[in-house]
Amino acid sequence: MNKPIRKVAAFLAVLFAAIFLNLNWVQVVQGSRYSNDPQNARVLLNEYASARGQIVVQGRAIAESRATNDELKYLRGYPQGPLYAPVTGFYSFVATPSRFLGTTGIETAENTVLSGKDPQFFGANLADLLTGRNPRGGSVELTLDKAVQQVAYRELIRSSTGSPRRGAVVALDPTTGAVLAAVSTPSYNPNVLSSHNATAINKAFRRLSNDPSQPLLNRAFNQLYPPGSTFKVVVSAAALKQGVRPNAALLAPNAYFPETGRTAARCPHGADCVENFGDETCQNGKTATLAFAFAKSCNTLFAALAVERLGGRPIADEAELFGFRPSAPLSIPLPVARSTVGTEADLTAPGFLARTGFGQQDVRMTPLQGAMIAAAVANNGTLMRPYLVRRELAPDLSVLSDTRPTQLRQVLDPTLDHDLQSMMQGVVTAPEGTGHSANITDIQGVSVAGKTGTADTGRTDKNGNPEPPDAWFIGYATKDGAPRIAVAVIIENGGVQGNETTGGEAAAPVAKAVMETYLKGSG
Amino acid sequence: MTRTSPAARPPTRRNAELLLLLFAVLIVVAAEAAVEAARDGRLSSHLITYAAVPVGIGVITHVVIRRVAPYADPLLLPIAVLLNGLGLVMIHRLDLGLKDQAVQNGTTFAGAAAPTQVVWTAIGVALFVAVIVAIRDHRVLQRYAYSLALLGLVLLLLPTVLPARFSEVNGARIWIRVAGFSFQPGEFAKILLTVFGAAYLVSKREVLALAGRRLGVRFGSHFVGLDLPRGRDFGPLLAAWLLCIGVLVRGHDLGTSLLFFGLFVVLLYIATERVGWVVVGLLLFAVGAYIAYQIFGTVQVRVAVWLHPFASAHAADGYQLRQSLFGLGTGGIFGTGLGAGHPELVPLPATDFIVSSFGEEIGLVGVVGLLTLYGVFVIRGASAALAVRDAFGKLLAMGLAFLVALQLFVVVAGVTRLLPETGLTTPFLSYGGSSLLSNWLLLGLLLRISDAARRPTNVAVGRPAGQVTVPA
Repeated sequence: MNKPIRKVAAFLAVLFAAIFLNLNWVQVVQGSRYSNDPQNARVLLNEYASARGQIVVQGRAIAESRATNDELKYLRGYPQGPLYAPVTGFYSFVATPSRFLGTTGIETAENTVLSGKDPQFFGANLADLLTGRNPRGGSVELTLDKAVQQVAYRELIRSSTGSPRRGAVVALDPTTGAVLAAVSTPSYNPNVLSSHNATAINKAFRRLSNDPSQPLLNRAFNQLYPPGSTFKVVVSAAALKQGVRPNAALLAPNAYFPETGRTAARCPHGADCVENFGDETCQNGKTATLAFAFAKSCNTLFAALAVERLGGRPIADEAELFGFRPSAPLSIPLPVARSTVGTEADLTAPGFLARTGFGQQDVRMTPLQGAMIAAAVANNGTLMRPYLVRRELAPDLSVLSDTRPTQLRQVLDPTLDHDLQSMMQGVVTAPEGTGHSANITDIQGVSVAGKTGTADTGRTDKNGNPEPPDAWFIGYATKDGAPRIAVAVIIENGGVQGNETTGGEAAAPVAKAVMETYLKGSG
Repeated sequence: MTRTSPAARPPTRRNAELLLLLFAVLIVVAAEAAVEAARDGRLSSHLITYAAVPVGIGVITHVVIRRVAPYADPLLLPIAVLLNGLGLVMIHRLDLGLKDQAVQNGTTFAGAAAPTQVVWTAIGVALFVAVIVAIRDHRVLQRYAYSLALLGLVLLLLPTVLPARFSEVNGARIWIRVAGFSFQPGEFAKILLTVFGAAYLVSKREVLALAGRRLGVRFGSHFVGLDLPRGRDFGPLLAAWLLCIGVLVRGHDLGTSLLFFGLFVVLLYIATERVGWVVVGLLLFAVGAYIAYQIFGTVQVRVAVWLHPFASAHAADGYQLRQSLFGLGTGGIFGTGLGAGHPELVPLPATDFIVSSFGEEIGLVGVVGLLTLYGVFVIRGASAALAVRDAFGKLLAMGLAFLVALQLFVVVAGVTRLLPETGLTTPFLSYGGSSLLSNWLLLGLLLRISDAARRPTNVAVGRPAGQVTVPA
């Protein structure tokens, strides 16, 4: 009987070899595929198992991880919730039923630092491993200014109608590019989406996704709006480069036909014709100076300037210098939507080009882009690269990286820029200016400049009537001649159809409050 | 009879066993310490409990073996103690994970399994002691072969005739549930039927080995092919086959059915040395498997999940196998470390899928270590079969070793997706009273046979001869 016993033993050896080989296949060859499979809950549990670093604004955490006693060992919390939500984003293990791990905002952009996965942490992680301490993430210090952010948020949501206003505010330090405020309303509570309760997360996420006011949208960096009259800053810069002086008289009729170059006292019904807002007369009904038309925001002058004098290419080139149509999307490190001046046809067909000249047609920009325009003008024509992260810190608070301001490009030479600065000051101070409500008079040595915009959205309400236009203000404040803060404000549907001054009336006071707070706070 | 002087008697190897038991205890304690360090960052008084279990069972069994089976194989017991101890540590570790999971999901924790397993271990050891003390010569079992077979059949078929509420757990009717106490009689039946199979085949082997029809070609004096058994001798094999089909039909228990049939075919082969029986057995198995696939939805689902575990059509059915693969893949070569993984994400992590739990936390290296322990266990069983002098002992020892090996193969192949999952426990490691008890029973029989195999012929059963003193 010993012979068959040996044969059975040999057969069993084959079976053992089979499971040995298969274990190698499953655990080694396929191992990393299985361990990183999105359906593998261990991926997420491991992320939660270490204390994620803080996101800090002026020494105070706006996102932090607290130890819990459930399976996901740390709970991400946002003490100020909606105020910073567009910047921090949320940190959630369920974003949609089809996506397992969901993070947004700085939580995504700075994940390697916050989670401690950054290669720079290798030494610290090794030490943690040896001492048995839980690995911890580093923290990220933002450039935001608490007071400015709070005022911008408060002013933006304040509304006479009861429902909070939709819009965005972006404030920059013109000399460095540091983002001082980035607000988007309506916002959302990131704490709900970052909880450890999948049911609650899914419910909240569905509600937020289906909300027509789009609270999850970061309007400050990711929403493209027609800039309307604020784009006249760009067109004016192009004109100044072409030798047009601010006090030169230019064609400014009440009605202008771009296809033929004809002018008239008013536009016939249905004709391809440009008028000023509310059928206003600009200066004398025939011509106006560039500075006057800029301050009063006359459309016909800029339409005729674009078509008759500049052409599409110089306008597009100038816009690109200010940051439109970047070759690679700007990352601050949050991704920023690419602002655009439209298609080739928008720059060549006279009818389209005329409307491109005053920021309608297919011109679209983000609120950040608006702030960049104001900042470049404020900073003597030098555009700095916007950035949101001041420093990255290791768990032991040693500095991993310190952002140095970098120049993006010289948009305009200082002499011409000075002319543009004067024109923008005129918007706030000249009698015909539309932005008086942005002016700051109670702080010594402060001067405010800017440009209002009342941009048609092109959308209609459910009755087929045009929606109220978006209200814009972009501008800056100097103190004792030095640029201090640049700001862009947009309030969706904040204007009144056909009334240019309404944009200034809605958006400019918000800009004023933001600038005033910063100037007072920083002395 | 050869005369052996006391000096020439083979060593009992009991001290080697003691040393190995000490190693086993150290490994178990180190494993529990690793779990506690990873979970809480400090060691607790639990460590003493989990050291006490292997120490306790080691001391008791070792002392008993010294007295009643001094020539028993020195490796089998330490391996069993080590596996039992490691299983206990993993069950304790899974208790901690499942408790956290329950808190997280807001559900109630079913209750710790580890203390129950400690009780089962104690009962298992008591059964082991009873067997090895009561049965001084394994050949006695031959006399009770038919009674044991009857007992085995009753145990096996009882759950299938009881109403489902007394016998069904997770779709398989293989339990007897009385007053909150559940018990899987098939686990014992497999040993009783092995004893019967060995006894029956020993008495009938001459007849069964007779050649019937020959299939093959003759090259001169050389014959290449098969000797098929005679038709009239098919009775026992067919009976075993029908029994397995019965278990499958009534109990929906793929694993046990497969195990029994494999066991019987192997016993038949060893007894008769006829490959023909294996061929016939494989054919019958193929027929049985085909019928089972056609009739039972559960079998079809398991095969479909095995083929396409990631298909969305098997999102729910394939969840367990997917989680098992994820766990094994996450563990990789070295594992996450005991207590540092998430084996509780796999449903049934302590019973059917305990190998996945180990694979995640101690990695390929650790699982191959466990497989090696089983490999050595089986080899020691086989060498006892080779060395023992009586045919019944040979068949029984190899049958029992084969049971352990085949059961392990079916389980590990199932959780690693080499074969469809069948639902069996891992010997000595898995949580579960009947499984643990039957494996200690199996160990008792195997040690008894190995003692007979190595015992010098002039030494009385169960008593070392000459000047050898029995250690206290």
